[in-house]
Amino acid sequence: MNITRRHMLLLLPAAALAWKHVLAGTPEASPNYKMTEHWWGMLIDLPKCIGCGNCVRACQAENDVPDGYFRTWVERYHVSDYDIENPAVDSPDGGKEGFPPAKAEGGRNFFVPKLCNHCADSPCTQVCPVGATFISPDGVVLMDKTYCLGCRYCVQACPYGCRFIHPKTQTVEKCTLCYHRITKGLITACCEACPTGARQLADLKNPNDPIHEFLKTHNVQILKPYMATHAKVFYNSLDGAVR
Amino acid sequence: MKVFQNAGHLFRLAAVFAVGGVAFIGVRAFLVPKSFGQYGHYRGNAIAEIAARPVNFAGHQACEDCHADVLEKKMGGKHVHVNCEACHGPQAKHAEDPGSVQPAKLDTAVLCVRCHEANLAKPKTFPQVVSADHANGLACDNCHQPHSPVITDGGTK
Repeated sequence: MNITRRHMLLLLPAAALAWKHVLAGTPEASPNYKMTEHWWGMLIDLPKCIGCGNCVRACQAENDVPDGYFRTWVERYHVSDYDIENPAVDSPDGGKEGFPPAKAEGGRNFFVPKLCNHCADSPCTQVCPVGATFISPDGVVLMDKTYCLGCRYCVQACPYGCRFIHPKTQTVEKCTLCYHRITKGLITACCEACPTGARQLADLKNPNDPIHEFLKTHNVQILKPYMATHAKVFYNSLDGAVR
Repeated sequence: MKVFQNAGHLFRLAAVFAVGGVAFIGVRAFLVPKSFGQYGHYRGNAIAEIAARPVNFAGHQACEDCHADVLEKKMGGKHVHVNCEACHGPQAKHAEDPGSVQPAKLDTAVLCVRCHEANLAKPKTFPQVVSADHANGLACDNCHQPHSPVITDGGTK
């Protein structure tokens, strides 16, 4: 077929339209969702966390997480007054069934929920040799199960210990920030189940999201900032002893 | 021009490389999914596949659309910001088909202590009880109505 100048002039606008559709990147399941309009993160309001384990149970119910593995879990810290460098941390069954009474009196006791930090510069996606894990255009670190080899590079690379190998499929699993929910306009299962509002989904690209006011007015930190991961899970009133 | 006397075998070698290159490009085009590289070094369609998973938690908006009476009970109570599915569990199936899928009845003996059992690590401002000495073995809903737990007219029983 000969492409004449006339054909070319007709084809170019069509190609431009098609390319625009590609760039818009709308997941087919949710036609009203535009990836380019969001940048997801989460706020953990630690003074509100009561360690009930609702988030852990909700995550397992929503995402079919196998028993004994966790996409999110709750840790209990006991920071002794005399040894703040070495806090005692426990997380029986990920905090799924709550926590037994604390043994030690005194010091500081508090809960810290953990999950994938959805780093903007995530170490796990950088080490994947096959492009099975990636940061989506809306800032969520996701897994392509059909591409994963189960090589465990990312499990070792994650500074927060947020990945595991699924015992059946032998591929990597992690928190998707309930991507199948947030693209439908819902909040994550853990946020939905949190009774105190200690977990709040945050869209950093939405100027009306309360996260912006919160970040300005509270003492908010991320975990392991020295790793330069640019984590997007923000902890309010984070104790210095938390690792 | 003695240098190029036996140049024929160079052309054959070049031909072998050219065929190999074309074969590589052909096989690669066949094996690599179309959407690979659409957004980055990964399969672009994976995003839509993950987004297409079904939900288990319907979300409080779905609950409140039908159960306005419960929402009204919660209003003004301490549990107003506790979402329905925090206690009632994932109810997407019930939300889709309210007629045939009924949520299980809840046991306050299990549910209330999940949050309100005393623990040193809980925030001091959070209402906590030692359930063993709090109510002489009475169920919580003898006195507290879970949707608005302040004691007014003697719970739900």
